Amino acid sequence: MTFDPAIITAHLPALGMALLTTVWLWLVGLVASVILGLAIAVARLYGGLTISLTLGSFVQMIRGTPYLIQLFLLYFGGPAIGLTLEPFTAGILSLSVFGGCYMSEVFRTGLRAVPQGHIEAAECVGLTRLQTLRRIILPEMLVLVLPPATNIAVGLIKETAVLSIISVPELTAVVNEIGSETYAFVETLTALSLCYWGLVELCSRAGQAAERRLATFRFAA
Amino acid sequence: MTTPPAIRIEGLVKRFGAVTVLDGIDLAVPTGEVTCLIGPSGSGKSTLLRCAALLEVPSEGSITIGDRRLDFRTESGRPAKLRHADIRAARSSIGMVFQQFNLWPHMTALGNVAEALRTVRRLPRQEADARAAAQLERVGLAARAGHYPAQLSGGQQQRVAIARALALEPKLMLFDEPTSSLDPELTGEVLNVMRALAADGMSMMVVSHEIGFVASVASKVVFLDHGRVVVSGTPREVFARPRHPRVTQFLETHVDHAASLLIG
Repeated sequence: MTFDPAIITAHLPALGMALLTTVWLWLVGLVASVILGLAIAVARLYGGLTISLTLGSFVQMIRGTPYLIQLFLLYFGGPAIGLTLEPFTAGILSLSVFGGCYMSEVFRTGLRAVPQGHIEAAECVGLTRLQTLRRIILPEMLVLVLPPATNIAVGLIKETAVLSIISVPELTAVVNEIGSETYAFVETLTALSLCYWGLVELCSRAGQAAERRLATFRFAA
Repeated sequence: MTTPPAIRIEGLVKRFGAVTVLDGIDLAVPTGEVTCLIGPSGSGKSTLLRCAALLEVPSEGSITIGDRRLDFRTESGRPAKLRHADIRAARSSIGMVFQQFNLWPHMTALGNVAEALRTVRRLPRQEADARAAAQLERVGLAARAGHYPAQLSGGQQQRVAIARALALEPKLMLFDEPTSSLDPELTGEVLNVMRALAADGMSMMVVSHEIGFVASVASKVVFLDHGRVVVSGTPREVFARPRHPRVTQFLETHVDHAASLLIG
């Protein structure tokens, strides 16, 4: 078996563009996941029984089915209900919902882990419920959930590869194309794996660095 | 004209399900005086203090804070539904200090004290910070203003918590076992701050196991057992012989023997 790195170097510009697309998909999906996750978690905890049960079932459904199927349902099934989406839009949307549901579970446990006493202290000095949520509960929760949230962010990087199936020109799609043109599957798939691994490493390192910086804000007592 | 008490508690009952934790408490904290609650674990003293702070809604009875009376007695026998706004209004003249300090870990000492001044009182940042700094000065922690709770000792954290409660200029301070999670060396600095507050004429209601502190600072001691007031009076009346047998038993079993010798 031969291994010819020249195949990779010859396609570097295309690879670079594809990598940028993947990073962009991931970042947009991640930000949307965090916002959606927060909204779901807060609504489930404080929104009353009906909202909590409805959102709870939705989260279970998303967590209980493969992301690939969800993407297919949205992209191929969407037009049946008048929802015709561009591959990019369908990708970002499904990625955000998928990530958001996982994030919401992490945030929900984080919200419940904020000590009741910290909330009572806020009540006692007259903060309203909304002020308590915004000034005390959410910031404390975010410090607590940093490690599990980083985990989900890492998972999301790899889920972007699924978007290659609906022809979003991200890393996996582009590299596979080069592979089938040149028959250099080993070289291309190795390069592909290394790219994802590099991204994952960057993300976990960033998470760890943030954790170290936020260590000061953790509970003292 | 006599000043009305800082807080008056009448016929207070608190039930958790089938368990009656407070069984008809009558108590008033005169303005400018210190009332200490003592008693064995499970006697209901912390629950009483939490009711006074309206962190627990009593099942029956009434609490009058300043001129605002909250009634918990209902015709139907069900606990009264209190409006959140009424609770917040009644609480605005009360400062609460917890056993576990409960400082917000993501804010500096100054931030903890200034928070309510900014979000509740809506003071501009500079003024809120200046007032917060003055309160930290009062508890001897001006030099620690920029420290986060994780960077402070337990005693310092509790002093910050006292400054936080004082920042809104309450008329009554409630202390729920403020030194129980501190080791003996750190207990003193917190008790000294509380002594100074008492000397300044702050009305205080204190749950404490520090019998020495209680005996020297309280103008009234209330001994609770099984949710009832067993004895109340001046420290001399409660501690000096002849004393109520239940108090003697408490001092012998629950309090350090040296402390009970000291009280005589």
